[in-house]
Amino acid sequence: MADELMPRSSENGLGKANEAKMPITNTEPATFTKQLLGFWVTFKSIFKKVNTVQYPEVKEPTAPRFHGRHQLNRHPDGLEKCIGCELCAWACPADAIYVEGADNKEGEQFSPGERYGKVYQINYLRCVFCGLCIEACPTRALTMTNEYELADSTREKLIFEKEDLLGPLRAGMLPPPHPMYPNTTDANYYRGEVTGSHPSQGEAKNA
Amino acid sequence: MSNAELIAQDPGWIIALKSLIVFAACVVLTIMAVWGERRLVAKMQMRLGPNRVGKFGLLQGLVDGVKLALKEDLIPKGADRVVFVIAPIISVTTCFMAFAVIPISGEVSFFGYQTALQLTDLPVGVLYILATASVGVYGIVLAGWSSGSTYPLLGGLRSSAQVISYEIAMGLSLVAVFIYAGSMSTSEIVDAQSQFWYAVILFPSFIIYAISMVGETNRAPFDLAEAEGELVGGFHTEYSSLKFALFFLAEYVNIIAVSALATTLFLGGYRALPGLSFTEQWLGGWFTVVWFFAKVLFFFFIFVWLRGTLPRLRYDQFMKFGWKVLIPASLAWIMVVATLRVMTQQGSSQFLIASFIFAVVLIYFAVSATVEKSRLKLKAESQLVDVPTPDFPVPEIPKSRMEQLNG
Repeated sequence: MADELMPRSSENGLGKANEAKMPITNTEPATFTKQLLGFWVTFKSIFKKVNTVQYPEVKEPTAPRFHGRHQLNRHPDGLEKCIGCELCAWACPADAIYVEGADNKEGEQFSPGERYGKVYQINYLRCVFCGLCIEACPTRALTMTNEYELADSTREKLIFEKEDLLGPLRAGMLPPPHPMYPNTTDANYYRGEVTGSHPSQGEAKNA
Repeated sequence: MSNAELIAQDPGWIIALKSLIVFAACVVLTIMAVWGERRLVAKMQMRLGPNRVGKFGLLQGLVDGVKLALKEDLIPKGADRVVFVIAPIISVTTCFMAFAVIPISGEVSFFGYQTALQLTDLPVGVLYILATASVGVYGIVLAGWSSGSTYPLLGGLRSSAQVISYEIAMGLSLVAVFIYAGSMSTSEIVDAQSQFWYAVILFPSFIIYAISMVGETNRAPFDLAEAEGELVGGFHTEYSSLKFALFFLAEYVNIIAVSALATTLFLGGYRALPGLSFTEQWLGGWFTVVWFFAKVLFFFFIFVWLRGTLPRLRYDQFMKFGWKVLIPASLAWIMVVATLRVMTQQGSSQFLIASFIFAVVLIYFAVSATVEKSRLKLKAESQLVDVPTPDFPVPEIPKSRMEQLNG
């Protein structure tokens, strides 16, 4: 172990780097004719197709895994996946997420299990879209969409509340609060054994 | 009738109208030039450029002007207020004045008067243009000095050094034209080119002028005076609002003015391209205006092309190029041209002229060979010697010098 603590010797220090005969290319200035070729490059470019996208009128799709606005997901019966554990808030390097958890009560069940996220805020003036919150989330409640148009005129408007972040109610989903699927625990939910809502959980508001 | 005689008959109101036209043409051209340049440079970089304001973004220059005018007008506390205000005015007026002697058209019917689109025709017209351009430098120097700030001062100094250096090369390149045309009047120089353009028969002069006019107007790749990366904005760093707009206007009018001068002195001015001289009679002679502006815009395209292609020069390289290449080359070329001119005028024999040209070519090759040889020798001397690398970290030092230090 002693030799690992030795100071840098010429074998692996700066001296070594100097000794290494790094091939240096382009030491000679380009010839005059070569320099003239540059003019042809720019002239040719005038007639090339431009790369500009006329943004507000034309929108190009993002990369499939682009980090956009967050979304709070739901279980197939409509209950929220968020359990208010605050791991996302702890993971956030920019301190952009604020979560307040609360207990699910009888008749006021928002998520399977004991706890749910009562207050959920993301401040998009702080968020750096790094995705660490998504990695931290134990229930896959928090994911990111491809939505990138997040400009607004006031600071308040850029603090997104739970309502703004919750995903839409898809077919078969009931708006919480409603009881869990009959004869299940939260474990059944996480194993993916609940695939839709049961009539006993309530009636879908099909207006 | 020559242009000078035509113009001499103008009544006062026509002169006033002409000055208004020259002024308006310069301003409109500037506005369009700003748009054209931005579009062209964008295309060269595979972008679109301004395309929002008006059709194809044509009104961009106008809107930019309005925006500039509406901005807050600041005068720094440390500035010399009077000079600070006068500087942009000097800059812009001299640019416009240069346009007064440029012949824009041949003989045309102008509100019932036979005249030429040229404000005045001085016998020393080109000298007058050089003089106004030199006075224009005061605008830049004074702006840099009166701002009471470091970067503008440096920008102003650079700019004055640059313009003065390149003016010498520019003036020298014009001497060959004077020798051939036998006149300094712009309209007479245009008339003298009815057979051959001076860009053809005085090609080296044309090239030297073309290079020095870019240096003279502080444009890329010679835009050291306002090198953004080095001097913030150069001499106009502290300027805002209308005063900045005046500098902006001056820069573009200057470009158009030197382009117009190049057109007049080397590309046959308002005359048509060779073989198309019948078009000069179209629209009662007014078609010559189209030819004139086509040639000016050609030069403007070259300006934009240079900007889109070349990186900025280093200051010492730039000065070296001006003093050690352009000026000596120009002087040598003038001597050749002057000798040839005198020989032909005194009726020397063909043999004598041919042998003179032969001697000049011979001398050229001899000189370039010796220059090349000395350059190779210098290069061989500067080859670095291999020395053993010490076993402690050292900063990069040229190795030949290390050897000296080590004994």
